[in-house]
Formats: sequence, structure tokens, C-alpha cells
Amino acid sequence: MIDPGKAVKETSAPPPTVPAGKKLVAAIIFGTAFGFLLQKGGVGKYNVLIGQLLLQDFTVAKVMMTAIVVGMIGVFTLHHFAKVNLDIHPTRIGAQIIGGMLFGVGFALIAYCPGTGAAALGQGSWDVLFGMAGLVAGSYLFAEMSGWLKRTVETWGDKGKVMLPDLLHIPRGVFVPAFALLLIAALFAIERFSTR
Amino acid sequence: MKRRLSVMVLLLLPSLTSAADFGVDATHYDGPAWSPYIVGAGIGVLSWLTFYFSDKPIGASSFYATVAGFIGRLVARRHTESLSYFQSNPPSVNWGFVFVICTILGGFIAAWTGDEIRNEWLHPMWVDRFGDSIALRGIVGFIGGVLMAFGSRLAGGCTSGHGISGTLQLNSGSWLTVIFMFIGGIATAMLLYTAL
Repeated sequence: MIDPGKAVKETSAPPPTVPAGKKLVAAIIFGTAFGFLLQKGGVGKYNVLIGQLLLQDFTVAKVMMTAIVVGMIGVFTLHHFAKVNLDIHPTRIGAQIIGGMLFGVGFALIAYCPGTGAAALGQGSWDVLFGMAGLVAGSYLFAEMSGWLKRTVETWGDKGKVMLPDLLHIPRGVFVPAFALLLIAALFAIERFSTR
Repeated sequence: MKRRLSVMVLLLLPSLTSAADFGVDATHYDGPAWSPYIVGAGIGVLSWLTFYFSDKPIGASSFYATVAGFIGRLVARRHTESLSYFQSNPPSVNWGFVFVICTILGGFIAAWTGDEIRNEWLHPMWVDRFGDSIALRGIVGFIGGVLMAFGSRLAGGCTSGHGISGTLQLNSGSWLTVIFMFIGGIATAMLLYTAL
């Protein structure tokens, strides 16, 4: 599937160019599909999301880990054949630990996250509107401080674009299938030991 | 310091988990309509399509920053445009904006077809734990949203952008962020729903 010798190189092939009109149609179809799947997966439900944080309901972990396994295999295969570009964001240890923790605290309070909240609004869970107002306000607050944060927190442990296979010095062609198996094993363990 | 704090949180977790046994049970409320594995695989395939056809990863949180930018420009145009974040990310009706608007639509279609339209201001699990005050839910949800958006922007993404798209591309920073999202979320939810 993935040749380790070739797959370690980044492709320089340009992405498939799509006209603006078609790009918009794609966003409409993909966004609708995403919301549809999130709602059907129950991850627009308050109790399913809070249940994950309480370690009582593992639906969120199952959805996320399955999406990662399937997505990873497909995207890396497409990337190997220069059909897609990867979109790797920089690893910033300080900003991501602090940002992740703040996100988590917020998650427990609002009970929805930015994507599942949109699906929750579609299903008529109106309480998400308070959280959405907070998301807009928090985004502006961040923008207000963005100049200062860029000079301080975002420079703490800024490692640039680092991928796990590179970090561990394992070729991608080996890492991807091995990691997929590890995640599948974790899913089996979760299925065995969780009630939902 | 931050790392020591997270170690402390991890050490506290087992004792809090046992407290969950006599707290609320999230699995008493309705779960997902479809298998989380089917939905996860669907989201994984969707990520192939967004990369291939749109050259974009799935993401949601930047939508709220775009909305914040639109409102900011209406209220205080010059100030908003002077902010570092909006200079690098000028608000526009872009791919991600349309995607999240349609996520709401997709959530509606899924709930409609599955007879799961909720049309409620408070989820029964919230009412069972915190009572029937919509104002309290509003304040908690709003604060949660502010923290969540600030954390998302600082870390560079949310449970979609980092949690699915970044992790499936094996981005180190995304895995770091997601781990801390769940540490923060689990610790806070345990405190809110079982300890306090």
C-alpha cells in the first residue's frame, strides 16, 4: 500500500485545482454530510458528550478513533500517489498544552464542541446557542490578545511542523499501518470494557 | 509548572472516577442512532473527500472566529482590522464558513429523518444535575464557550481540526492538544458532575 522509501518525501505536486463555484458546492455537500453523521453518531447529544468526559459513555472515542484510522489510511495513500496535500500545523508545546486545557474546561461547561454544537443546533438543542455566543466572544477575545500571544505563549516550545513518524524516526509506510493496528486494538479494548 | 499540574490532575483521576459511581449516569439518556463505528468510518471517508476535492481538512472552530470578525467589523471596523489574528485571517464567507453553516443543516436533516428533533432549552441530564434554570445554563454555557474558543485559537484548532483532521495526519501538535483537551475536560466534568 504505502512504500516506505517514497512515502517519507513530501510531494510538491500542486493540489487539484477546483473552480470557486464547485468549491462552494463541495463545502455545502461535505458540511451537510458532516452534520448528518455527527447527529446520527449521537455526538450532538449533551449526555453522550458529557458521558465521554465522565468516562461512562465511549461513543465519542469510538467515533473519533474510527475516523482517525479510516481517514489516516486513505489520506496517506492518496498523499503517496500525490493526489492530496497534507495540511500540517506547527507544534507549539506551550500554546497547545494551555489551549488544550482551556478547551477541555470549556468543553465540560458547554457540553458541546464547535462542530458537534452546530449539529446540536440543527437537532433543536437550543442550549447550545449560549455556548455559541461564548465561542464568538472568546474568538474575539483571542484576536484582541493575538499580537501579544504570538510574541509570548506561541513561542514557548515552538517545534514547527513535526509529524509523529518523524518524531519517532519511523518511516511513514511502517508507522501508518502499525498505528492503525494499535488504534484498532484500543477500540476492541474499549468495546470490551465499556457499557456504551 | 504546567506539566506538574497535569501530572497532579492525572493522579487525581482514579479517585474521581470511583466517585462517578454514585453520581449521574450519562448512559441513562438516549444514545446514538447509528453505530459509532459506521459514523466514524463515514467521517474518515469524508476527510478523504475534503482533502481531495477541496484541499481542506475538516474543521469547525475558525467559523466562530469568522463570525466574531464580521461582528467586530460592524461595531469597530478599524480596531478589528488592526488585530493580528484578523490580519492573517480576514473574515470572509469562505469554505470553512459554508461548511459549518451546512453542518447545522446536516444535523437538522439527520434529526428530522431519525425523529430525534429535540426542541428543548435544557437537556434532561442538565436538569437532573443542576435544576431547571435556563439562566444558569446560559451563564455556564457562555463561559464555557469563551474558554473553548480561546483555547481552540491558542492551540490552533478544536475537536474537529485537531481531534480528527490533525490526528489522522499524524500531526504531533494535534495529538498533544487532544490529550490535553481530554485531561482538562475529564477533570472539570468529574468535578462538576460527581465531586461538587
